[in-house]
Amino acid sequence: MLSKPVKQALSGWGQYPVESCYVYRPEMIKELQTLLSERDGSFISYGVGRSYGDTALNKGGNVIRMDRFNHFLDFNEETGMLTCESGVLLEEIIDVFLPRGFYLPVTPGTKFVTVGGAIANDVHGKNLHKDGTFSEYVQSFELLTANGEVLLCSREENADVFWATVGGIGLTGIILTATFQLIRVESAYIDVTYERARNIDEAFEKFIAHDDDYKYSVAWIDCLASGDSLGRSVLMRGDHAKREDLPASIMEPLKPANKLKATMPIHAPSFVLNHWSIAAFNELYYTVNKDADKIVEQSSFFHPLDSINDWNKLYGKKGFVQYQAVFPKNENPKAGITKMLEMLSKKKTASFLAVLKSSGPANDGLLSFPMEGYTLALDIPLKDDSLFPFLRELDELVVSHGGRVYLAKDSSLPQDTFRKMYPKWEEFLTVKRKVDPNDRFSSSMSRRLGLTD
Amino acid sequence: MAKILILGATSSIAQSTAQKLAENGHDLILTSRNTEDLNTLKRDLSIRHQIDVKLKPFDALDFDHHEAFFSNVVEETGGLDGILLMYGAMADQKVAETDFEASRQMIDVNYTSAVSILNIAANYFEKKRHGIICAVSSVAGDRGRKSNYIYGSTKAGLSTYMEGLRNRLHEKGVQVMTVKPGMVDTKMTYGVVKDSPLLADPDKVGKDIADGIQKKKDVLYTPWFWLIIMLVIKLIPEKLFKRMNL
Repeated sequence: MLSKPVKQALSGWGQYPVESCYVYRPEMIKELQTLLSERDGSFISYGVGRSYGDTALNKGGNVIRMDRFNHFLDFNEETGMLTCESGVLLEEIIDVFLPRGFYLPVTPGTKFVTVGGAIANDVHGKNLHKDGTFSEYVQSFELLTANGEVLLCSREENADVFWATVGGIGLTGIILTATFQLIRVESAYIDVTYERARNIDEAFEKFIAHDDDYKYSVAWIDCLASGDSLGRSVLMRGDHAKREDLPASIMEPLKPANKLKATMPIHAPSFVLNHWSIAAFNELYYTVNKDADKIVEQSSFFHPLDSINDWNKLYGKKGFVQYQAVFPKNENPKAGITKMLEMLSKKKTASFLAVLKSSGPANDGLLSFPMEGYTLALDIPLKDDSLFPFLRELDELVVSHGGRVYLAKDSSLPQDTFRKMYPKWEEFLTVKRKVDPNDRFSSSMSRRLGLTD
Repeated sequence: MAKILILGATSSIAQSTAQKLAENGHDLILTSRNTEDLNTLKRDLSIRHQIDVKLKPFDALDFDHHEAFFSNVVEETGGLDGILLMYGAMADQKVAETDFEASRQMIDVNYTSAVSILNIAANYFEKKRHGIICAVSSVAGDRGRKSNYIYGSTKAGLSTYMEGLRNRLHEKGVQVMTVKPGMVDTKMTYGVVKDSPLLADPDKVGKDIADGIQKKKDVLYTPWFWLIIMLVIKLIPEKLFKRMNL
C-alpha cells in the first residue's frame, strides 16, 4: 500500500522559513522505492528538523521523514564499529553505547540529530581542529538513488557518490544505513579548562598557543562588547576525563546524566531578547566564568541547550537565523573575524550566542563546510527583513577572506555567493546528474542555490 | 526475567512494547508472516539490550498449524512465560459494508485467529499455573459506531473472549490482560487522522503495555484518558447515541 502524505507547514529549527510541503513517513525501504517510482514531483529527506534553514524543506514538493528508520543493525564490541539506519538519533547512540565505554567520534551542539542528517550536512563538533567532521569516521553508507537502486558508497566503492553525499544536503538520494566508528572513553565526563580572554587578540593568542593540547576547544564570545573589549570571550577546552581523574563521589563513571528537562512552553514575546537583555546576559556569563578546571558531564559540555525542549521558541514567532562562517588560515582570519565582530557590535543586532572555533583542514566532501582556519557561529533573532541586507554584507566579508558559510545553518545565501564560496559546485553537479539525472531530489535550498531547477 | 512470545511484532506498537520488555530484561520470541521484515528489529533489540531474540514465522489465518506452531515454540524455548497478540486488520468501513471478503478478513484476523491461538496458549498456561496472556483489542470495540462498527465488532468479540478467559484463568494464577488503545500515531493512522491531541505516540503505548504486564492489570486503556472518554461514551443512552454522528 502506498503511504499517504500529510500537507503541512514545515520549518527548520530556526523557524524560518516556513513552507508548505507534502510530508511522507515511510517505515520500510520497499515503501521508499514505491514512493519514488509512483509519486510525481521532487523529494527531499528530513530527519528530525534540526537543520536551521531550508535544507530539508521542499516548498510545494514532497518531504520524506526518516525518523521511523531508527534501528541499530550491527555493533562490534572489539572495534567500536557501528551500523545503523539513518534515522537513529545521536542521543540514542550515546544512551546505548556510553555505558559500554563508547562515544560519538564527533558530536554537534545538539544530540537531537539523525545519523543521516549528520552525514548529509557533514556535521562537526568542538574537536573540529583535531579530528575533523563526522564523515571522517564513516566507513560506508547505503544510498537509495532516484532509480530505486541501493548503492553502497565508501572511499573505495562509488567514491564520487560518497564525496558528493557527504555534506551534499540530501541531493544525491536517501541515506538508508551507515557504518561508522565510535571511540572508546573511560567516563561520561569531560575535564574542562575555562579561561577568559579580555579581547579578540588575547583569544587568538590563547587559541594558537594551546589548542593542540586539547581534544575539544571552543570559545564563547560576547559579541556586543566593543572597543578594547571587542571579542572578549570565555575559552572552554577539554578532554574525556579518565577514570582516575574523577572525584570519588561519582559511582558510575560511564553513566550519562539523568534527563531532567525543561520545556519552553510558548514563543517568547519579541521584547524578551533585545540589545539590553542580551548585553546583561553576556556580562553575567563573562563575570561568572572565572579561570578554572572543572569536571563536567558530557551532555552539559556538548549539548547545553538540549536540556531545554524547544529552546528555539526563545526567539519568538518570527524565528532566528544562524550564521556560521569559516575563515581560512592563510587569509588572515583574525582580521576577518575582528571585522565581523565590529559589524555585529555596531549593528547592535543582538546575537545571543557567538561561538569561535578553530577548524582543521578541509576534507574531500564536495560541499563540506570546514577548511583549515577559524569559524564563527552566530544566531540572530529575526526581527524584520532588514536583517537580510546585513547578512549579505557579512557574506561579502566572508568571500573577501576566502571563506564560506555553513549550509546546514543557512537560509538565505544567494546563488552567486554560494558558487564563490563552494568552488566545487560544478564537480558536485556532475555527480548529482549521474545518480539523479531528472532532479528527483530537490529542496528549497537546492533551488535557491541553483543546484536544481 | 521471562520468555515472551509476541505475535505480529512488526507494528509500531509491537516494536515499542518489545523495546520496553527487552529493557526490563525479558527474552523475546517475535513472529510475523515474513520473518525477513523482523530481522531488523531482532538486530536492534539484541544490540540495544543484549538479550536473546528468536524469530518465528506465524500465519494468523493458518489455523491448522497453530497447535504445531505453539508446541514448537514451547519446545525450543524450554517453556514460555507469556504470549502477546499484537496483530490486527482494519479495512475501510465503506468497503467492508459492500464487500464481505473485506469484512471476513477482519473477522478472521482479529477474532477467529485469536480464539484459535489463544485457546492453545490458555490450555498451556492453565496447566503450568503461571503466565501472561495479553491481546491488543481497541476502544472501537466498546461501542459500535457507523464509521467503523465492523472493525469494532471484531474487537468487541476479542474483548469479550479475553474477559471470559480472565475469569477462567484467574484462579489458576494466569494474568489475562486486554489492551484497549485509542488512536495511535502509526502507519494505519498517518495521513488519515489529522494532527490530533488524542493521537498517542507508539512509545507511550508500548511503555503502558509493558508496565501493565508488570502491574498485573486486567484491562488497560492507553493512553489512560481513553478510560474516561469511553466511560462517557458508554453512558450515552442508545436513544441518543443512534442519532449521533460519530
